[in-house]
Amino acid sequence: MRWALVLLLAACAAARVSLPVPERAPPPGTPLADPSSFTIAEPEARAQALFLEASKVMLHERCTNCHPAGDAPRQRRAELHEPPVDRAFACDTCHQDRNLEHARVPGAPDWQLAPRKMAWEGLTPAQLCAQLKDETRNGNRSLASIVEHASHDRLIAWGWAPGADREPAPGTQASYGALMDAWVKAGAACPR
Amino acid sequence: MSTLKLNVNGAEVTLDADPEMPLLWALRDLLKLTGTKYGCGEAQCGACTVHLDGQAVRSCVTPLRRAVGHQVTTIEGLAADASHPLQKAWIELGVPQCGFCQAGQLMSAAALLAETPQPTREEIDRALAGNLCRCGTYTRIRDAILHAAGIR
Repeated sequence: MRWALVLLLAACAAARVSLPVPERAPPPGTPLADPSSFTIAEPEARAQALFLEASKVMLHERCTNCHPAGDAPRQRRAELHEPPVDRAFACDTCHQDRNLEHARVPGAPDWQLAPRKMAWEGLTPAQLCAQLKDETRNGNRSLASIVEHASHDRLIAWGWAPGADREPAPGTQASYGALMDAWVKAGAACPR
Repeated sequence: MSTLKLNVNGAEVTLDADPEMPLLWALRDLLKLTGTKYGCGEAQCGACTVHLDGQAVRSCVTPLRRAVGHQVTTIEGLAADASHPLQKAWIELGVPQCGFCQAGQLMSAAALLAETPQPTREEIDRALAGNLCRCGTYTRIRDAILHAAGIR
């Protein structure tokens, strides 16, 4: 098998032809409920339920890998980043503004690690919610700007188009943004 | 194909190339600067490290368009006469074994010293963690960086 690959590479190099992009079907993302399906009359309970649903995105590896609890990012299914790097390392040493399908290096505009105070790895939905509403730990964002950020940020958008065989975040950026918007409009209560 | 202008080792160059071509290919195949090596092609080994405006980058995954209008420095441009303190230390301590990874090691080390002239051993290990050496010259590399920094 290994020799077959070596021979294929050698043949391609000799013939100066391009190797096809490896086909790796990414696992399907899990669905995300639509805000309209949350028919809970009591606003606080409805907001809590909406946040719990939205937290499936934020606590997914596509997001937590770059919101790590420590100083090193993670990759794939929360594995240690390879090669080993920490916060002192510039991400754009390797990561570009888009995914590299051949090299399988993920990339998006503004690729970066979240500051340590914005770590999400290992949080419960309640802890995540409290952190998100704390302007000292959310980048001085209002609730409205959090909704805008969640709905339109280009780096966040990568979570649903991660390339290679990475599992996308649940739902879509639009459905995630709609949940966050509905959560704020319902009073932004945090789950207990 | 596009006409792309960048500065390589202090000289303005114009290339007729695909903007998505890896910078490494442009350096080696178009500009014949073969000191920078192809190792893994997926930013895992560091052999292809060059500087982009002084920052170490892996040229095998850096699209040529990212270098347009910027300053690229390769191992050939580190010093015109191999007089960079790191190159001197490398020779003095006999760092290389097979040598294949050494251009990348030197470029990562040079970027580190430019930012941190007096690095600790831990800072050296962290900064060069992405540069692999299959001959295992890591301890000599670290010693040479400390030597170049005047620490030992």
